[in-house]
Amino acid sequence: MKYNYNSIADIAAFSERDGIPFWQVVLRSEVELTEADEAAVLGEAKKRIAIFNQSVEDGLADIRTTPSGMSGGQAKALFDGQPRFLSPLAYKALTYAIAVNEANAKMFRIVACPTAGSCGVVPGVMRAVGDTYHLDEEAYVRGFFAAAGVGNVITNAACVAGAVGGCQAEVGSAAAMAAAAAVAMMEGTTDEVVAAMALCLKNVLGLVCDPVAGLVEVPCVKRNGIYAVHALTAAEMAMAGLRSQIPADEVIGAMDRIGRALPSALRETSEGGLAVTETGKQIAERVRNL
Amino acid sequence: MSSVFDIIGPIMIGPSSSHTAGAARLGKMARCIFDEPVERVTMTLYGSFAKTYKGHGTDRALIAGLLGFGAEDVRIRQAFKEADEAGLQYEFVESAEPSDHPNVVRFDLYGHSGRHMSVLGRSLGGGRILITRIDGLEVEITGDEHTIMTFHTDKPGVIAAVTTALSLQAINISSMRVFRKEKHSQAVMLIHTDSEVSRDVLDSINAVSGIESVMYFKPL
Repeated sequence: MKYNYNSIADIAAFSERDGIPFWQVVLRSEVELTEADEAAVLGEAKKRIAIFNQSVEDGLADIRTTPSGMSGGQAKALFDGQPRFLSPLAYKALTYAIAVNEANAKMFRIVACPTAGSCGVVPGVMRAVGDTYHLDEEAYVRGFFAAAGVGNVITNAACVAGAVGGCQAEVGSAAAMAAAAAVAMMEGTTDEVVAAMALCLKNVLGLVCDPVAGLVEVPCVKRNGIYAVHALTAAEMAMAGLRSQIPADEVIGAMDRIGRALPSALRETSEGGLAVTETGKQIAERVRNL
Repeated sequence: MSSVFDIIGPIMIGPSSSHTAGAARLGKMARCIFDEPVERVTMTLYGSFAKTYKGHGTDRALIAGLLGFGAEDVRIRQAFKEADEAGLQYEFVESAEPSDHPNVVRFDLYGHSGRHMSVLGRSLGGGRILITRIDGLEVEITGDEHTIMTFHTDKPGVIAAVTTALSLQAINISSMRVFRKEKHSQAVMLIHTDSEVSRDVLDSINAVSGIESVMYFKPL
């Protein structure tokens, strides 16, 4: 295979070798791997991009709370409000990412990206960038494959499940994917894509997975919004020329080692952290008696 | 590397790939394995499934799967109503027994004829599943590939005859495993193939001496 990558460095090397963008390497690799034609692969990506956007709409339109009472209507509250501290673009990313995770919590259709618990970050960032700069579907395709390449490397070299690596593996990976997507949508260079994902992932290291009552709601829903903004911060730094001193693949390795070193109580078992706070335990008891 | 659509995917009904998407696929696989309309089902939940199934909609997803709905089907949300309309009777049992995996369910399925089958499965995360036991026989079924499953008598020649039947139709085997209760007793063969298997091929496998029954599952 001409585009068989196992690392971020591989993707960057293929990009340089053939003079094509980062995202294009990932697309070509997918075509090779699946032996499908490029139009079919692009069609599958566009189908997922359409669901990204639909889940933003679903989360904004449905303001009911979940059976647990922990989430719902918060994206709409942001949507109806005005930014005070964030740029309009970052505010949109925050709002849209939360919308997708609210849709997820209320059993709407979503695309796991890379997981269901972290499904809001990439769609939120992509939609905010796309809306703000009036970008076409091709821009979303660039973002999709850049994000997918980053996610693919992390999945295979490390982990993306909260149960294995904590939330740094789950929302952290989603944010790294989103940072890459944002740069690719803006037609940044391969160096910028790589720097964005590395800077992003470096700064989520150690984040634990401690969901209240074992549900994908607290802290997951709002955390997707917060890390959508984090992804944009990393993308901003990368496109201003800042680079990560630690290469991307080494950051991924560090994330994996930290994840595996986390105690089991902080890896999706709901036996530690926020889940065992007094209020967390009360909510869990209420959910058990639903 | 994986396909990028396994990374940005699956397309699913929320909130959890292991507790909702995986549960729907487990239900659908159990339905395929039972191979006749399910009239009544008892679902015994273990581990995290038992603790959080209501909040994750695991119960609805399991039922939706048994009704034949996929993990991306919006009808999962109203699965209880769909089950009532379809005349499917169901109950959930929360087991406190320890299990060797966090997300385990046992289906006890009953058909119109009164036939009973027990199917044990687990949700592996990311929507992936594994059926580990059918009526006390150990198996490994993922639903990711074309799968042929035979129930047969453990004796020489059965496996060779089955693989010959496949080779005659140019069907390539990607992996194959054989399980048995004990020597010369009931056994199970699980064969994954690269391509779809036709009714004719299944009939020719069914005709092999020692084969009791043959089932075929397309990828979920």
